[in-house]
Amino acid sequence: MAQIRIENVRKDFGTFNAVQSSTFTIEDGEFFMLLGPSGCGKTTTLRMMAGLELPTSGEIYIDGEEVGMKPASQRDIAFVFQMFALYPHMNVGKNISYPLLSQGMSKAEAKKKVDEVAQILGISDILKKPVGGLSGGDRQRVALGRAIVRNPKAFFMDEPLGALDAEFREHMAEELRALHDRMGATTVYVTHDQLEAMQMGDKIVVMNHGVVEQFGVPQDIYDWPATMFVASFIGSPAMNFLEFHGMVGSGATSLTLGDSEISIPQMRSGATGDLAMGIRPEHVHLNDTSTYRGEVIATEYLGTTQIVTLNTPNGEVKARVASSKKVAVGETAGLGFDERSISVFDKQSQRALLSAGNEGVLQHG
Amino acid sequence: MSFSVTEPTIRTKWFAGTAVILYAVITILPLMWIVATGFKSPADSIAYPPKVVFEPTLEGYVNLFTTRTRLAEGDMAALPPAETWYEKIVRDQGQIISGPSRYGERFLNSVIIGFGSTVLCMVLGTAAAYAFSRFRVPLKDDLLFFILSTRMMPPIAVAIPIFLMFRQLGLNDTHLGMILLYTAVNLSLSVWLLKGFIDEIPVEYEEAALIDGYTRFQAFYKVVLPQAATGIASTAIFCLIFAWNEYAFAVLLTSGTAQTAPPFIPTIIGVGGKDWPAVAAGATIFLVPVMVFTILLRKHLLRGITFGAVRK
Repeated sequence: MAQIRIENVRKDFGTFNAVQSSTFTIEDGEFFMLLGPSGCGKTTTLRMMAGLELPTSGEIYIDGEEVGMKPASQRDIAFVFQMFALYPHMNVGKNISYPLLSQGMSKAEAKKKVDEVAQILGISDILKKPVGGLSGGDRQRVALGRAIVRNPKAFFMDEPLGALDAEFREHMAEELRALHDRMGATTVYVTHDQLEAMQMGDKIVVMNHGVVEQFGVPQDIYDWPATMFVASFIGSPAMNFLEFHGMVGSGATSLTLGDSEISIPQMRSGATGDLAMGIRPEHVHLNDTSTYRGEVIATEYLGTTQIVTLNTPNGEVKARVASSKKVAVGETAGLGFDERSISVFDKQSQRALLSAGNEGVLQHG
Repeated sequence: MSFSVTEPTIRTKWFAGTAVILYAVITILPLMWIVATGFKSPADSIAYPPKVVFEPTLEGYVNLFTTRTRLAEGDMAALPPAETWYEKIVRDQGQIISGPSRYGERFLNSVIIGFGSTVLCMVLGTAAAYAFSRFRVPLKDDLLFFILSTRMMPPIAVAIPIFLMFRQLGLNDTHLGMILLYTAVNLSLSVWLLKGFIDEIPVEYEEAALIDGYTRFQAFYKVVLPQAATGIASTAIFCLIFAWNEYAFAVLLTSGTAQTAPPFIPTIIGVGGKDWPAVAAGATIFLVPVMVFTILLRKHLLRGITFGAVRK
């Protein structure tokens, strides 16, 4: 297994820039998520690591070796495609053994390996079947079998659950994660589903417009987004932005919204102009003693919790509160904010200002 | 696959059935006529009203494969009795066999040139179609249009330049020349058809093979080709049928060594009166290879013709 390092990698298709100057490191044995909306360059980044695209510039290291310009066949990696790409003219067993045969392994030895892998994945009974008639889940398992059969240095997966039914996806996600934990293989996984990324990943890279927005463990990214894009892309509902015009100085411990003073983590940098206070819906609570007020315009029942949408002088705010709390549309409610979880963004640069809360997360990345 | 919503009525079924049978009769009748004429005597072949029931004879086939000399009746009687059945058939016409005809050679030429050009056309066409389908070829669309534009006039329109070119190159009346010519004519068709088929094969299959440790050529050979078999088979049939039936170039550019069967068959007419049964026999035998080839690839052909219409 191997560490993978991406340094200043850039990819242009003609005049279109798909990935600009990405740098990050995937540690040995990590389950690593490349997350972003479609067209953000995550798949291109993965394909460059795999050798299916060549980078325009920059270096890619797999296990300490620079492989940027090497063909895929020489990188000793496995790739699971979104549509699985099982060879349609071969049966299940042949599909799984195909990567072994390219290495010159004898048929008997390959068969032993295939049986082993089939056992792990629970597909021993379908080895003789043609791949055409398989269910989505079995196709997925065969694709995984073909990937793990030769113990590659790393696994690359391009939205491998995207083609599955929603109910089956969850099950397969667990299976994938369990398989990874068992094999301890470095895995790079591309997805546009932020829940999937947080659920399965050890680390996440969030990309947008070919740029790496943030890189870190899921909780850090969720709690302390580096940019407004990350804050709104991750979490459902997304982070609230209360927009205001004013100044937040370095060292400040509060900011002013309308007439209300709101406590925030102590700032380590300051900014003046169009700013936004970011806070997750679960850190907003309804508090009638608060002087900061908003009008309830909608409620959304989600079982244990409900999402209450309020109109405030600084824009719409969503609060996640207990379902037991009675809230009526049209009434005015006071809003309390959990001061430990507030981020302040400079709207000009779209970046979060450093504070006592996020400096640990943002400075190392 | 889609189905029509309403069950066809009995009347519709009758109408459709009648139309299909009528069409089949119209297309098959001339063929049946040719096959039947091959087994008629010359007198029966030109009888009016045409004879549907007749006494079959192999005279046409014997005449097709032989050259004959007419002898005076006295000389005829002096000959020892005929040794073989075909000698007997010839003698009944008051002739003796003076040697084999050239039909066998011409037929073999057709086989060599027809299949040779088809194979070459498939090899080049598949390679070109693969490149056009998968790689960023500069000026791809213009090149594809240019390739197609060679089909926008009848090929025979350029016969004279080709004749002059072939004469300069020493390709007149050679197998190689005819193979190259038919390949050139068919290549545009095969590139376009095959590109369509290869476009339909998801590129992920090859990428999977690349990842699995195979070279690009191995991926093409082991993964793309088996997938494209249907397309290659049906394209090959189209190419073979063209090369096999081509008449105009063959008349113009071949006369001896490399002459194919199509220009040869009409020349049979001239030997000893209008020998329609021999002509029909030549045409019948000429049909066989294409028919066998088509039947062998029939399964692929049907799938190939409906490609795109039925999603797998």
